[in-house]
Amino acid sequence: MSDQQLAAPTPSSTYGAQARTWNWRRALSPTGNAGDAVFRAALFASALVLLLIVAAMIAAIASNSVPSIRAFGFGFLTSREWNPITGNFGALPFIYGTVMSSVLALLISVPLSLGVAVFLVEQAPRRIARPITFLVELLAAIPSVVYGLWGIFVLAPFLREYIQPPLANWFGWLPLFQGTITGIGLMTGGIILAIMITPIISAVVRDVLAAVPMSQREAALALGATRWETTRVVLANGGPGIAGAIILGLGRAIGETMAVTMLIGNRPEISASLFAPSYTIASVLANEFTEASDELYLSALIQLGLILFFVTFVINGAARVLVWSVTRGTSDTARA
Amino acid sequence: MFLSLTIRTTFAFLLTGAVALSAAACFGPSSGGGVVGSGGGGGTVRLQGAGATFPNPLYQKWLSEYGKVNTQAQIDYQSVGSGAGIKQIQEQTIDFGASDKPMTDDELKKAPGELLHIPMVLGAVVVTYNLEGVAAPLRFSPDVLADIFLGNIKKWDDARIKADNPGVNLPATDITVVHRTDGSGTTAVFTDYLSKVNPAWKEKVGTGVSVRWPAGQGGKGNEGVTGQVKAQPNTIGYVELAYATPNKLPVALIKNRAGNFVAPTLDAVTAAAAETIADTPEDMRVSITDPAGATVYPIASYTYILLYKDQKDAAKGKALVDFLWWGIHDGTRFTKEPQYPYAPLPAEMVKRVEVKLNSVVSGGKPLRATQ
Repeated sequence: MSDQQLAAPTPSSTYGAQARTWNWRRALSPTGNAGDAVFRAALFASALVLLLIVAAMIAAIASNSVPSIRAFGFGFLTSREWNPITGNFGALPFIYGTVMSSVLALLISVPLSLGVAVFLVEQAPRRIARPITFLVELLAAIPSVVYGLWGIFVLAPFLREYIQPPLANWFGWLPLFQGTITGIGLMTGGIILAIMITPIISAVVRDVLAAVPMSQREAALALGATRWETTRVVLANGGPGIAGAIILGLGRAIGETMAVTMLIGNRPEISASLFAPSYTIASVLANEFTEASDELYLSALIQLGLILFFVTFVINGAARVLVWSVTRGTSDTARA
Repeated sequence: MFLSLTIRTTFAFLLTGAVALSAAACFGPSSGGGVVGSGGGGGTVRLQGAGATFPNPLYQKWLSEYGKVNTQAQIDYQSVGSGAGIKQIQEQTIDFGASDKPMTDDELKKAPGELLHIPMVLGAVVVTYNLEGVAAPLRFSPDVLADIFLGNIKKWDDARIKADNPGVNLPATDITVVHRTDGSGTTAVFTDYLSKVNPAWKEKVGTGVSVRWPAGQGGKGNEGVTGQVKAQPNTIGYVELAYATPNKLPVALIKNRAGNFVAPTLDAVTAAAAETIADTPEDMRVSITDPAGATVYPIASYTYILLYKDQKDAAKGKALVDFLWWGIHDGTRFTKEPQYPYAPLPAEMVKRVEVKLNSVVSGGKPLRATQ
């Protein structure tokens, strides 16, 4: 009975009446069943606990950053100085390093992950797909410190010997590829991040694509679409899921600490070159938190954590909007 | 109805259980093994310490060995970093702290009681490098070292490096400086040394656990710096002696104030402490970098245990000073083992530390004298 009420289009005046006579019993269980009420309360409590944890974290971080906010104000966001000796702190190099390394990771990882996922779902015969799936998922289980070690002893020397010198030769006129080549820097950090988030993105995208109904593919093929065109239809159908996968990967890239710290060079400076050392917020927190005894210093570090929160929000939002607009475009063309 | 009732009771039951469990989790440890109270039965005393990572391998060895000597004391040490050690002893959440650098006056003021600095052993910072084709250990005079880390000397075949290393075939390549990026006592000692020997360093960079490095790239921890030096040719970096020796890193000789190039041996480090004893203040807070003396290695430091002079709990306080006493006497024999390359205190310093330990009291009574 109550279900029918809910389903029926209710005039706004009825909403107002409901709001005035708030009924806890009805709010807890629209069906009037006591078991449902308990179940619903338990679910609500779980959701509430999560909200409380986030709120408590933000509150603690915000209150501890007060000394730093007082001392530097908005200048903290634009200052490039980070000097624990003189007590001058600014966040810009860290924000830059965090955003750049994550963007670089996504630029490399997203096409790669989509390729892996499409191949596994659309093209590969089962006996090839299984072992590849297994290996990709294995990559996700490797601890980040192992990635870091591998990066120092394999990836960084490889980039230094075989990748960066040709880049400097051919594209040296771009500021992106200038400066001393050491193998340690923003580029290496971004690449290791790309490798680390690829298994996550590709695993989720694979599940998303597998969930696209077979009838979509059959319809496309029946209309005379090629393999490539069929894949575009499938990708367009999985758009929101793919967006979720990318955001998941981005989340790991932004928060990743250990491997990046070992490879990015940890230098709080903004340089146009991808070869130059850089620094991320997560890295500086991990590096300097244990030995920061001065109150302002500690507060500045905590404020960096607060900024990381906001950077995550902003990038997440931007990524959502971007992917949403892109997939809307493709689904339109797919329909056309 | 019956079903829903059972669900409800089950939930209530589960909830009560969860609340009881979490309450136990919250209140359990603080009454069981916290700072208050001297432990349960059997007369055992539990002590909790935390701080510097640098002496941690030796302290852990001491604790396991001392556990065999004195079964009544159960002492734990967590290597959480000097900064965290100082913070925790200020807040009295631990029984003793440990730090590689002496506390500042400000930090001491924040502590609720008088804190003592007890030097335990000595450490040194060594300069390591990765240069192909250079077999003999490199030599650096203080100004050259400072200018390399300042970024003023950029090439390995710079005339000033050549002047320190006659006959060594140095390549014409860029120098890549690698420094510690995490806050660390190692950096504090190294920058303290550079500040003493080079006015430009003192003015531009200064001394601290984390500084604004004018050149190079950062590695996390001794292992991070070592990894970056090993993996990249033409690099130079600094690590703790206790880390360099077991890992057989190439280490440079440093020119001391007397003009001799000295290798970082344990004897040369102890000698640096012996040379500075006359200048060591009563509270033991001292920097022993760049001392006088012909045989000293100039980049060395004490590592300290921090404890309150007035111990709240007599049994715990006594266990602590007894352990520290054992450490500076019997404990030094472990420094002769190759995996614990820490320099023991010079004999005269041991005497002064004994006086310090004897001055620790609880409720007005000296703890060592009561035995």
